[in-house]
Amino acid sequence: MNIAALPDDIASRPDWPGAIYRTLKEHGVAQISYVPDAGHSRLIELSHADPAIKTTVLTTEEEGVALSAGAWLGGERAALLMQSSGVGNCINMLSLLSSCRFPLLTLVTMRGEWAEFNPWQIPMGKATAQAFEIMGVTVFRLERAEDAAEVVSAAASLAFESDQPIAILISQRMLGHKKWTETK
Amino acid sequence: MTQASNLLDRREAVKALLADRGDLLVISGLGSASYDVFNTGDHDGNFYLWGAMGGAAMMGLGLAQAQPRRPVLVITGDGEQLMGVGSLLTIAAHAPANLSIAVLDNGHFGETGMQRSHSGLGARLDVIAKGAGFPMVAEINDMADIAAFRSSVKNLSAGPKLALIRIATTHVDRALPPRDGAFLKNRFRQHLGFAVT
Repeated sequence: MNIAALPDDIASRPDWPGAIYRTLKEHGVAQISYVPDAGHSRLIELSHADPAIKTTVLTTEEEGVALSAGAWLGGERAALLMQSSGVGNCINMLSLLSSCRFPLLTLVTMRGEWAEFNPWQIPMGKATAQAFEIMGVTVFRLERAEDAAEVVSAAASLAFESDQPIAILISQRMLGHKKWTETK
Repeated sequence: MTQASNLLDRREAVKALLADRGDLLVISGLGSASYDVFNTGDHDGNFYLWGAMGGAAMMGLGLAQAQPRRPVLVITGDGEQLMGVGSLLTIAAHAPANLSIAVLDNGHFGETGMQRSHSGLGARLDVIAKGAGFPMVAEINDMADIAAFRSSVKNLSAGPKLALIRIATTHVDRALPPRDGAFLKNRFRQHLGFAVT
């Protein structure tokens, strides 16, 4: 069985994963960690292909919060990629950021908010922004592919120059429908 | 659990780990591990956790990747490492040669009333680390082995390394490091030459 990882019309859209990657590079991001999501697959590929970025696959999202803080202690900038279902896993570890005024830049692909097929994704999808906000993380939304560079650049500046924890929620409408039928 | 009377004193064990530390960078897990590290002597290259349980080893990974020419040692307790046990898989998969983890294992949650931990109930963090793919693991029961591990920590190859150090549950007085996280962060970064902005 091969469940398609990306929407059918992905090729016809602006290359927003490429724009995010280039913007992270411009802001000096040297470490990227992730729990995979289909919506992040291109960005994850770009990160792995770049020898200047240390790319770390995690067993759970909260590991990436601690890793990002450790990177900053050592003088490097990090970004954390996850799906919205992983945000709840991070709650207590996010206290590290406000306790120490560590920056955080996390990019979150949304599920459970737009034309969702899987009802199990909806509870955490509905709570994603609030979960960040109750822990003091500022939430940006990326709704249109053509805004990717501008939104990521603003978030990176806030994170790394103003020591802020910032989450960018990438809307499910922008990511497109996940295809659930088999392809041969 | 019955304990052998010859289990190591945690303060002596940590003093031995940090003797002649040179350019070693240290992250300590919350609770007694942070007290032990502070008790040995405060240092700008120490970052003491007071929370973020389960995150010490992952902070060590981020730091080790950012500072590949410096040895990084995470000193933490069995309970703290158990909460972040998945991080052992993540660390082994990315094999930072300069990262070492010392787990001070008394088989109990010492800070919360000495309830037995999974380690005290039979789990072996050294075996878990080996299974995760750590190229070097050690179970340490005496001071001579601590000295040997200390030497290997400073060897920036063949990591990551994990030592399970069996310590006694004997009470020791708390030694409280600074609790201001922003201070500790800025002090640590200044120690590495990064200006506070």
